[in-house]
Amino acid sequence: MPTASPASIAAALEAVGYLPDDHIAQVVFLAERLDKPILVEGPAGVGKTELAKALASVHGRRLIRLQCYEGLDEAKTLYEWNYRKQLLRIQADAHTDWSELAGDIFSEEFLLTRPLLEAIRSTDPVVLLIDEIDRVEMETEALMLEVLSEFQVSIPELGTIEASSRPMVLLTSNNTRELSEALKRRCLFLHIDYPSIERETAILVARVPELPRVLAESMARIVASIRSEPIRKPPSISESLDWARTLIALGIDQLDEAAVTETLHVLLKYQADVDKVAAVLAKS
Amino acid sequence: MLRILTGFVEELRAVGIPVSMVETIDAARGIEYVDLGSRSALRAVLGSTLVKNARHYSAFEAAFEAYFSAVGPRAGSVEDQARSEDARVLLAGLSGAAGLSGGGDGDDASDLVSALLRALQDRDQALLQAVVRASVDRLAAIEPGRPVGGAYYLYRVMRRLELEKVGAELTDVAARDATSSLERRLVSEEIERRLTEFRQMLRSEIRKRLVADRGPQAVARTLRRPLVEDIDLMAATRDQLVEAERVVHQLSRRLATRLSQRRRQHNRGRLDIRRTIRASLSTGGVPVDPRFRRPRPGRPEIVLLCDISGSVATFARFTMQIVYAIAAQFSRVRSFAFIDGMDEVTSFFGPGTDFPTAMRRIGAEAEVVWLDGHSDYGNAFATFRDRFLEDAVTTRTTVIVTGDARSNYHDANVEALRDISRSARALFWLNPEQQRYWDTGDSIMGAYSPWCDEVSEVRNLRQLERFVEKVSIPTTRPIRPIA
Repeated sequence: MPTASPASIAAALEAVGYLPDDHIAQVVFLAERLDKPILVEGPAGVGKTELAKALASVHGRRLIRLQCYEGLDEAKTLYEWNYRKQLLRIQADAHTDWSELAGDIFSEEFLLTRPLLEAIRSTDPVVLLIDEIDRVEMETEALMLEVLSEFQVSIPELGTIEASSRPMVLLTSNNTRELSEALKRRCLFLHIDYPSIERETAILVARVPELPRVLAESMARIVASIRSEPIRKPPSISESLDWARTLIALGIDQLDEAAVTETLHVLLKYQADVDKVAAVLAKS
Repeated sequence: MLRILTGFVEELRAVGIPVSMVETIDAARGIEYVDLGSRSALRAVLGSTLVKNARHYSAFEAAFEAYFSAVGPRAGSVEDQARSEDARVLLAGLSGAAGLSGGGDGDDASDLVSALLRALQDRDQALLQAVVRASVDRLAAIEPGRPVGGAYYLYRVMRRLELEKVGAELTDVAARDATSSLERRLVSEEIERRLTEFRQMLRSEIRKRLVADRGPQAVARTLRRPLVEDIDLMAATRDQLVEAERVVHQLSRRLATRLSQRRRQHNRGRLDIRRTIRASLSTGGVPVDPRFRRPRPGRPEIVLLCDISGSVATFARFTMQIVYAIAAQFSRVRSFAFIDGMDEVTSFFGPGTDFPTAMRRIGAEAEVVWLDGHSDYGNAFATFRDRFLEDAVTTRTTVIVTGDARSNYHDANVEALRDISRSARALFWLNPEQQRYWDTGDSIMGAYSPWCDEVSEVRNLRQLERFVEKVSIPTTRPIRPIA
């Protein structure tokens, strides 16, 4: 049951602790209406995976997550026959007639379902998250494409399994390689960038409730300022959240150069970046 | 609406963004669900259905501005939304003056400036919007029918409003309250952001007028900008270079991932009997899961010779940046820079190098200048042959030269390049100049090209990426029989 308007989606997401900006809410709304997967792209740590989790809890659906990695294949995405168990079955009962046995060992009992098949077979609608799809090879991508467009899987020994309910699909990509045109065509594209200062302040306050608003605001401004420097790995939202927790743990409630410089290593992951930003801070 | 949409899609295709039929249909279906009065909703629909690459967003934005600039809340009861009493007075003054708009330089703009200051200080969007409209009315002096993109009108308005002085004044006011230098820095960044936003509003207001005058198609055509990967690096503006800079980083990371993946897939290798039998124990001795030995393909060695004289320095930097980003794909990378002398610069680069800084240091510290600091390819190659050839180049080495081969009428010294080429496995030359200018003036590309395995015109990032990928494919035999 799709939500009524982008505004109500935004409100629902906010209620579960995810603060979308206007653009995100619009695209999610559209995806629900058009019944299309969303391809979410953006720098690491801006809440791409979080969005899927939030959507699952908004709709009260189960989240099925397929973490992609290089070398991921059919057996890990769709299904696999549990051949250890099959061998055991054959050896345990060596006198059975083959045709009977064959029917037996290729039954559901010996089938290991993997995330894609699981999402399709589920009787309750689910949210399917295919995380970091840019990591798999082209062939695996093509396989997923087939499942995503037909929502059915054929298993030679069992026949075709069709989706009993349409899962809501999100794919995330860190853009380490160009995805195939065919995949992009089938998805709505959502680019999530670093949040505006206002939105980041709101996120900080929502996620770290003990953080004073004034502090959150100056944190957001400093983080935005650091992001505008030419550094290797700009701080992401998750890093500014870590920073907020660090400041609270250290009992800092006023940010000046010294406090920022001392805690920079929480925000930045490379020593070269830390040095660079510290130099800029010292200069100002 | 449908007609506007197809026109818009055609415009996107003309810029080079691939938009398929299916995507156009999705966009058309999507439009049915949104409030057509809302710009952001419309942008979300069109952006998410038609553009599937973040790098194409700026081109999309430009086209969107032209085609849908009229969408959005119109002027009207803005007076009621103004924040304070004097803001309301200022607003009334502005709308009164707007009636007698004639434009041109004679008009006094001081009331606009004070209204602008107030709006920026109070973050009063309604007042700001009114200032934008009134300034364009009175100061831009738009001449109907001229095929321009509006940059000049924007400049004219900004000059009359003295935007820099406004910025300085705002910073002064804000700096008085700032307690620390960090605070001052943040405040001035905040003001810079607000000014940028104001400039953006001015620009779209001007475009709106242009579209009303000449229609979206014509305006979109004047605004058309190349995609980042197609920007000519030799002729790029500063903004374009900044954009390219950002993309180079992304692009090299992507290239590195792709290459390492392919290297691993390339060949599955021979069956590893020991590990296969070990794995078969868990399936009762049946070798269900064969294991393979990982192949270890040879990695090429790279020697880069980069002309870093003024005209081609940026190109050299981009090349180095990409090659170093995928250095793991090569067994060794050594780099040399030259203008009229040649020196090794490998030590300037390491993990996490900041390339602009490194390039500056090279200019200051390495012996790249021999006599007068004008490119002299002949002497540079001779220096390389005499000082480094034996040590740096073997039959496993791929030499990459970057430069425009404009040698200021010095002796070409072709023999030096020939000697380098003969000792290397292959020699590639990347020329950032358009091919039709080669061998004109002081360019001596033709003299060198017989000793190169390939001379490529590489003018933009797309071509550069393709070249680097080609070089890094592991091969077992020499590309060219050794002469």
